[in-house]
Amino acid sequence: MTFFLQMLVTGVVVGSIYGLVALGFVLIYRASGALNLANGEFVIIGPYICLILMTAYKIPFIYALLITLIFSAVLGLVVERLVIRPIQNAPVVSVIMATIGLSSLLGGAVHMIWGHQTRTFPPVFPQTPINIAGVIISPVYLWSFIVVVLLLVIFSLFFKFSKMGIAMRAVADDRQAALSMGMSVKYVYAATWTIAAVVAAVGGVLLGNINGLSPTMSAIGLTVLPVVILGGLDSVLGAIVGGFIIGVVQNLAGGYLDPLVGGGLKDVVPFIIVLLILMLKPHGLFGSRRIERV
Amino acid sequence: MRNLFVRESGNYKTSYSDDMKLFGTTGAKVKALLIVLIVLALPLLVSNYWIGLLTLCAIASVGAIGLNILTGLTGQISIGVGAFLGVGGYTSAILTSTYGLSFWIALPIAGIVTALIGGLFGIPSLRLKGLYLAIATLAAQVIILFVISRWDSVTGGTAGMVLNRPSIGEFSLSSNTGYYYLCAIILLLTILYATNLIRTRTGRAFLAVRDRDIAAQIMGINLFQYKVMAFAISSFFVGIAGALLAHYTMIVSPELYSFHVSIEYLAMILIGGLGSIFGSILGAIFITLLPVSLSSIIDVLAAFAPDLYQLLSAFKDFVFGAVIILFLIFEPGGLAHIWLNMKKYFRLWPFSY
Repeated sequence: MTFFLQMLVTGVVVGSIYGLVALGFVLIYRASGALNLANGEFVIIGPYICLILMTAYKIPFIYALLITLIFSAVLGLVVERLVIRPIQNAPVVSVIMATIGLSSLLGGAVHMIWGHQTRTFPPVFPQTPINIAGVIISPVYLWSFIVVVLLLVIFSLFFKFSKMGIAMRAVADDRQAALSMGMSVKYVYAATWTIAAVVAAVGGVLLGNINGLSPTMSAIGLTVLPVVILGGLDSVLGAIVGGFIIGVVQNLAGGYLDPLVGGGLKDVVPFIIVLLILMLKPHGLFGSRRIERV
Repeated sequence: MRNLFVRESGNYKTSYSDDMKLFGTTGAKVKALLIVLIVLALPLLVSNYWIGLLTLCAIASVGAIGLNILTGLTGQISIGVGAFLGVGGYTSAILTSTYGLSFWIALPIAGIVTALIGGLFGIPSLRLKGLYLAIATLAAQVIILFVISRWDSVTGGTAGMVLNRPSIGEFSLSSNTGYYYLCAIILLLTILYATNLIRTRTGRAFLAVRDRDIAAQIMGINLFQYKVMAFAISSFFVGIAGALLAHYTMIVSPELYSFHVSIEYLAMILIGGLGSIFGSILGAIFITLLPVSLSSIIDVLAAFAPDLYQLLSAFKDFVFGAVIILFLIFEPGGLAHIWLNMKKYFRLWPFSY
């Protein structure tokens, strides 16, 4: 039973990170209808900056984090302006390919600048694990859980009440209508990419605290695709809930079934779920039903 | 003097069959013959190293044409090509190495098996479009690779399998030149098939599905049939390319068919030109030679900075991404479009308007 609980809890905390990264996908999809496959690289660039600031320049974590977030925001803006805006009206395959190209470009740059070795983060959160009813959780996980829940609340409110959030929803709903109502679609897109990059950086810093940093970590960009599909590509709540579900299922499957097939099931189970979801309920658990059926 | 680049002075076609002819003019026939001759004569002119590269280009072209039938002609995105290459390669490896079948039987079977599996994963395309289809094919990639790397008893697991080069009777194709001829002939056959495919009812149905699938269905095109058919035909060629590649490198292992390979093939058809067979070949050559030329650039630069070798793979990724983005932004029509523009320029020269 403790094994089950431990798997469950690990799943939930890993899931919270997935949810955070998936949020970046959802934000961009909501506003521009594009799938950002370079999200994984957005996730790792932030923590690298933060790490360098903390180790090389001895800046305290909070300020380093702030600078990182500002840097990520600028990165998001630049990417939107230089790569995404010129091909806004191109077919889907081009947009997907552009973000894939972007991921290759950024990944290569990270690799060239910071090398391929894994770096450990200086301890930011307390190291002593917390023991809750026999299940051991490290404080980093607890923090990531708190951050995710916080962000979920913030973004729900943001999309519901703030002017910017409503503008984003309007643009996602119908770009031409939004344009004719006098909204600046360019501005909305830029804001979306900025916010998404910042969210990705937050997720990255938490992830870096857990596993250390290496260029291969950008693979999380693909790992969370199942999360967004499960939750629905355009649902903030879906991203978070999907993150938890995928995290838990993945860990349970890994814990119980891996010995039977010889390992590696953790990475495949999410994609099997994706195929099932796409066949049965393509808009995901919380997504709006806008897929055009033929 | 007659302008060498002008082969016809106007459009005198009076029937559809005239218009659809593969080689409309004597000039076109001569050109096609010349290209075949050049392809066959190339090994006599270049070094062994270049023959190897040309073989790789030819194999990649077969795969890229296959993918272009699916993505360029039918408009269905697939980012699982890498895994389908793997299916082709592994089928051939298992048939020739484990069961001792001849390469000449294994090659078509590899194509057919890949076509079946491709068709299977094409079924979701009936309900899914664009992004969703891309993710479904990505899932196919992950799942197929997982099966390959875990099914130890059949596929040899992560260690992979070893293959031999084929032979015709006593004559072995183990030399680079011999294998080049094999790949070149298969490429020519593929080109012939693909150009003819576009001229048939099936090809026109593919185009209709790409342009507007609902409209296509209203006009009586069975969407399910044609979408699955596109997946199957495309996968057939990808499988053939996979088998050829496996017998060329003489080894198959799961990491040879990673997600990165899928991206490379997608990049080939995007950089070459979506929906263009000639473009697929240009793109395949471009993407195959890009890392080679980058390596030689690094070789030159390394004389000044020896550390550069460590950066090589990262540098390749960086340039690869940059090239894709630049093409998408500045020349969405790809290399095929650039080629057309150049032709147009010479055709109208010196009055280029």
